[in-house]
Amino acid sequence: MTAVQGDVSEHLEIVERAMAELSLPGRAVPVRKPAVLEEVAALIIPGGESTTISKLLVKFGLFEGVIERVEEGMPLMGTCAGCVLLAKEGDEQVMATGTRLLGLMDMAVDRNAFGRQRESFEVDLDIDEIGSARGVFIRAPAIRRVWGECEVLARLEERIVMAQQRHMLALTFHPELSGTTGVHSRLLELI
Amino acid sequence: MPIDLDLSKLRFGTELLKRGFAKMQKGGVIMDVTNAEQAVIAEEAGAVAVMSLERVPADIREAGGVARMADPKRVEEIIDAVTIPVMAKARIGHVMEARVLESLGVDMMDESEVLTPADPYFHIYKREFTVPFVCGCRSLDEAMRRIFEGAAMIRTKGEAGTGNVVEAVRHMHLLNRAIAELEGTDSEELHRMASHYCKSYLVLLTEVRRSQGRNEPVSDDDIIFSDVSLKDAQEGLYEALVEVRDIQRLPVVNFAAGGLATPADAALMMHMGCDGVFVGSAIFKAENPEARGKAIVEAVTHFDDPQVVAQVSKGLGEAMKGLDITQLPIEARLQERGW
Repeated sequence: MTAVQGDVSEHLEIVERAMAELSLPGRAVPVRKPAVLEEVAALIIPGGESTTISKLLVKFGLFEGVIERVEEGMPLMGTCAGCVLLAKEGDEQVMATGTRLLGLMDMAVDRNAFGRQRESFEVDLDIDEIGSARGVFIRAPAIRRVWGECEVLARLEERIVMAQQRHMLALTFHPELSGTTGVHSRLLELI
Repeated sequence: MPIDLDLSKLRFGTELLKRGFAKMQKGGVIMDVTNAEQAVIAEEAGAVAVMSLERVPADIREAGGVARMADPKRVEEIIDAVTIPVMAKARIGHVMEARVLESLGVDMMDESEVLTPADPYFHIYKREFTVPFVCGCRSLDEAMRRIFEGAAMIRTKGEAGTGNVVEAVRHMHLLNRAIAELEGTDSEELHRMASHYCKSYLVLLTEVRRSQGRNEPVSDDDIIFSDVSLKDAQEGLYEALVEVRDIQRLPVVNFAAGGLATPADAALMMHMGCDGVFVGSAIFKAENPEARGKAIVEAVTHFDDPQVVAQVSKGLGEAMKGLDITQLPIEARLQERGW
């Protein structure tokens, strides 16, 4: 779990629960330093502020390391802000703030696509192979389009809200806040 | 706006969304700004959000008079200038300032003792809003009342505009120790505490009855504010206390605020268990705002690594001068506002 900023402990709790359900050994740890990044089997970039998380990943020497580890096959999940950072293409907000994207997935993402906090919402989603799940969208981005190897896993009407490319998952909502382990289990199964 | 979505299926303004928004700020620094230019500097320095207000607390102290919410035009300019969330301060109990800020698209309201309180009896009933609130506290009872009223985030009051961290430390100690004391407390005692916490809600009704020559005490079914009866408040506070006892922390995100001036101050508050920090006057009252802002952001992330805190603290230039709290008369202490 990258722990530079965001709702890290909520993810840690759900990962621990999902690991127990799947009888997987090991534990969930926060990652703030390159040395810890080298040791993890899978990584989550949590929700938070993408501009802040991107700056801190660069500052703390994690940015290139994440890309290298993923290219070697480490499973990676990005939720909300993390989803923005996984994309190859951002929007004007990403450009304006000079946010560096990891650029790992064949998708274009719009930040704050649904509006500000007053427009944040909860809704039931239907996710491929996972089924029904509560989607918690907080100043959420939306995936504008996918191409190449990237596949759509869930939509909210015509907007893409979850996608997968090989061992990478991107979600524009917060599975760590809805109390269920389905999405995190899927990441663990990619290990 | 999700104009192309079926709105009937969406739920807005739930507790989960409000508290969830606050959780996204964790591990971050929220910086006070008074205009768009400062907001851009704050975003560039790595702030997770900015707090918009008319003057920073140090200038409010100096200016005196009544401190109110910021000019809506300024707030809009700040909203347009940055992509990170924008928060804004409303006066304690000033439901209309809060409604105005909500209508502007502010992402979180701070019902703040830094501004002059507008209601002598009640804080805002925050559950009635779609947008979440953060509130200050000095102790567990204040925190629990604010959470019962619907606050999605708590911060220490500290003593804003002083550049002196001692009051934030005091409030965090008081909160931490009170939470630790709850461990092993039985439900009878928690019920007693919940009733005790309700006392400040009864001031209006007691005053009215006394002035009418009536001596009947407030009963369980009496409405004490909005549509909340005394019994509702006692039960709500009791349930919240049970949760705090069991999880041994507040059920919402808890930040430090009020007097933090240096990267080491911010790291100290994180070390005491805060989830993140607000920095008010310290940044734009310092010699080099951008460098100080960046340094505080890094110190918060690496609060447990003194070498990093040392590194980022080097050569930041002069910090704000600061005030000795013991020299402040009680009426000049902003933390005394609210109850």
